[in-house]
Amino acid sequence: MKFRIYRYDPEKDTKPTMKEYDVALEPTDRMLLDALVRIKSMDDSLSLRRSCREGVCGSDAMNINGKNGLACITKLADLKEPVELRPLPGLPVIRDLIVDMSQFFKQYHSIKPYLQNAEPAPEKERLQSPTDRLELDGLYECILCACCSTSCPSFWWNPDKFVGPAGLLAAYRFIADSRDQATNDRLDDLEDPYRLFRCHSIMNCVDVCPKGLNPTRAIGKIKEIMIKRMV
Amino acid sequence: MALPTRKFDAVVVGAGGAGLRAALQLSEAGLKVAVLSKVFPTRSHTVAAQGGIGASLGNMGEDSWLWHMYDTIKGSDYLGDQDAIEFLCRQAPQAVYELEHYGMPFDRNEDGTVYQRPFGGHSRNFGESPVQRSVCAADRTGHAMLHTLYQRNVRANTLFFVEWMALDLMMDETGQVHGVTAMEMETGEVWRFHARATLFATGGAGRIYSASTNAFINTGDGLGMAARAGIPLEDMEFWQFHPTGVAGAGVLITEGVRGEGGYLLNKDGERFMERYAPTMKDLASRDVVSRAMATEIKEGRGCGKDADHILLKLDHIGLEKIETKLPGIREIAKKFANVDPVKDPIPVVPTCHYQMGGIPTNYHGEVVVPRDGNNASVVPGFFAAGECACASVHGANRLGTNSLTDLLVFGKASADRLIQFLKENPGHKDLPKDAGDYSQSRLARLEGQTGGESVFEVGADMRRTMQAHCGVFRFPDMLDAGVKKIREVAERATRTEIKDKSRTFNTARIEALELDNLIEVARSTMVSAQARQESRGAHDRADYPKRDDVTWLKHTLWYKDSDRLEYKSVNLKPLTAESFEPKVRSY
Ligand SMILES: Cc1cc2nc3c(=O)[nH]c(=O)nc-3n(C[C@H](O)[C@H](O)[C@H](O)COP(=O)(O)OP(=O)(O)OC[C@H]3O[C@@H](n4cnc5c(N)ncnc54)[C@H](O)[C@@H]3O)c2cc1C
Ligand code: SF4
Ligand code: SF4
Ligand code: FES
Repeated sequence: MKFRIYRYDPEKDTKPTMKEYDVALEPTDRMLLDALVRIKSMDDSLSLRRSCREGVCGSDAMNINGKNGLACITKLADLKEPVELRPLPGLPVIRDLIVDMSQFFKQYHSIKPYLQNAEPAPEKERLQSPTDRLELDGLYECILCACCSTSCPSFWWNPDKFVGPAGLLAAYRFIADSRDQATNDRLDDLEDPYRLFRCHSIMNCVDVCPKGLNPTRAIGKIKEIMIKRMV
Repeated sequence: MALPTRKFDAVVVGAGGAGLRAALQLSEAGLKVAVLSKVFPTRSHTVAAQGGIGASLGNMGEDSWLWHMYDTIKGSDYLGDQDAIEFLCRQAPQAVYELEHYGMPFDRNEDGTVYQRPFGGHSRNFGESPVQRSVCAADRTGHAMLHTLYQRNVRANTLFFVEWMALDLMMDETGQVHGVTAMEMETGEVWRFHARATLFATGGAGRIYSASTNAFINTGDGLGMAARAGIPLEDMEFWQFHPTGVAGAGVLITEGVRGEGGYLLNKDGERFMERYAPTMKDLASRDVVSRAMATEIKEGRGCGKDADHILLKLDHIGLEKIETKLPGIREIAKKFANVDPVKDPIPVVPTCHYQMGGIPTNYHGEVVVPRDGNNASVVPGFFAAGECACASVHGANRLGTNSLTDLLVFGKASADRLIQFLKENPGHKDLPKDAGDYSQSRLARLEGQTGGESVFEVGADMRRTMQAHCGVFRFPDMLDAGVKKIREVAERATRTEIKDKSRTFNTARIEALELDNLIEVARSTMVSAQARQESRGAHDRADYPKRDDVTWLKHTLWYKDSDRLEYKSVNLKPLTAESFEPKVRSY
């Protein structure tokens, strides 16, 4: 199978190149990550992140034939050759397929991604009805892979000011949690021309999320609550 | 040249469930702590845990910590230390409530309490019938737990060193630990982390086998570092083979599937677990179910054209339950097995999953070694928790859901004990003069190596050897040959060569260093397994099919230097409860 892979080693390359590989795969190589591991066994200089190999850790997000996705759950049979692999767009490249995710995590941290509840905790669990709990489905499952934010034009232009789809999804995850009491502070923080309102509902994020989550919907919900709060 | 140095009160190596729970305790105590992780914390393998966390909350009917304790001891085939097990089971409910307070999105009951599902080996009233004890977030419990703990650490301002790989312990001649050396992956720089106390939470090493539910990063680094520093590894012959790994792919299908009503079928469509475990059936303990499956396959009743797997049927539990309680499983089955479990059964085989053994500790998380006639002499400044540690609460076979409980309970307990240690031992002692030299020599060897073999090849031979010689069923001739073979592989591993010598994010170098750790784990496993002449829990010997409490009711300790083995007694004395005497185990 034929691949074209983005290669860049800052110690020796002045600019990135696309390197071609033609590899004989084994029948057990079913996912793109299997192929990358095989390529690495022949060329150990190819660098990428990977861990769980089942789509839950968020390590191996990359741009696959022009679309962001996770290598470990992308079936080789579904890919057009040569398979073009590039690092996630919009973030600084450290090396090969490895990008510097600091900006992405900074935005995630900026929304205070933790439950806030000033009341003393009860002896046992805080109660939550199944209906209230259901509100968190489609939100808490995010694996912080950054496929969404790095496919979002608004994030490309303003990675330092726009929270981006992953961060906003997380913000809504806490707003939607019946146990969280900081909704007002959270909304205040997002009421800003950039942090939330740079989203123009382009929906790239929804299109690429490997977990099938819908950040645009979450962003819409935040905007809705904000408007309700104003009147 | 001496390496650059950073100073901390404590260094935690690992940011999975155990590391994050410990880090939280230390950060909230206001200590200066560095938490090192090879990957961004939420990418640690705890993220993959599916089924649940065991705790006797009693939300679904009567339950008690004592029943949980009995199940755990029986599950361990009586090799677990009963003081540690009592501690685990008594602390479990509190640990779960805390996690809920941190924001964990647990599944709920109509009355707003946390939902609990049945799980293998968990029973009411000392084995009478299955009990609902496992709290969960659908089939993404580990993900929800790991993210919640990370989030709480963000709130506590924990200082993380992300994508830093610890290389070696720094120990002085008295045996006190003073931190670790570690490499920043992005730059390739090596630093000394000089700490008054060091806590390992480096997770498991399931990557010693070819077929494994474990992530690529589960390479037993903590065990390798400990073994190289002369610390023994405990009970390494005990590896759990999970009954339901997707055939061919290794990816896990949680026992929660059977907890929610799924069951196993052989090629005749027979629900064969009824024969092996009349009471608990498909929810018997994992070693029992895996052995039953392997027996069915061995005796020609496997499924598929090669009769090499078993089918896990769950379509009968209905689309709605699958969608709400097991959505992740449906996703995995579709992607990795090409079946939709709503209609068709999933092909599964027993797959290497969990390491019961590890770095020996007591139930405070202090690392303990035999010394001057004391079986459990504390190594000053050194703590371990989670899958890398052996307290020993899982003995010869872990019950499902007890690992996540272990992470929470011992993550916290070890941090508490660490805080006490710091109070009693103020100030940094000087680093030994040669601190860091060992790591530098390992790196220099790798840089200068010529004519060596590739890390990939040596690693593949190690995995094949373990798979063939030390699997679910163990045979004396295979073990004898296995010891010889794994020593040869270990020898080859001292001459691995990497082509890429660059500094920036050199993953070839990282994999070579990881192989050094895997090799120690593989060797300790094979040697310990060959020596133990009985069948207990996950260790099943064809030539010694019975448990032998007279000779073998004891923990193995393996030392790296010349594969030396020692043994220490099992603690059958709980903290307050009455001792559970070894009995015949049936489910
Ligand atoms: C697929 C799967 C499903 C499971 N489901 C369940 C379940 O439902 N219930 C249950 O109780 N148990 C379950 N288990 C077992 C349980 O998930 C693990 O035992 C547990 O998560 C291990 O946690 P840990 O904190 O010890 O290590 P991990 O979560 O593996 O974390 C290890 C950490 O150490 C770091 N690290 C390792 N080496 C180094 C180094 N050299 N330098 C720096 N950092 C290092 C890693 O980066 C990582 O942060 C499951 C296991 C698997 C594989
Ligand atoms: S919908 Fe909003 S967040 Fe999503 S890609 Fe478009 S602009 Fe970005
Ligand atoms: S929302 Fe989806 S794409 Fe975005 S980080 Fe989370 S899992 Fe990845
Ligand atoms: S390797 Fe974990 S998401 Fe792909």
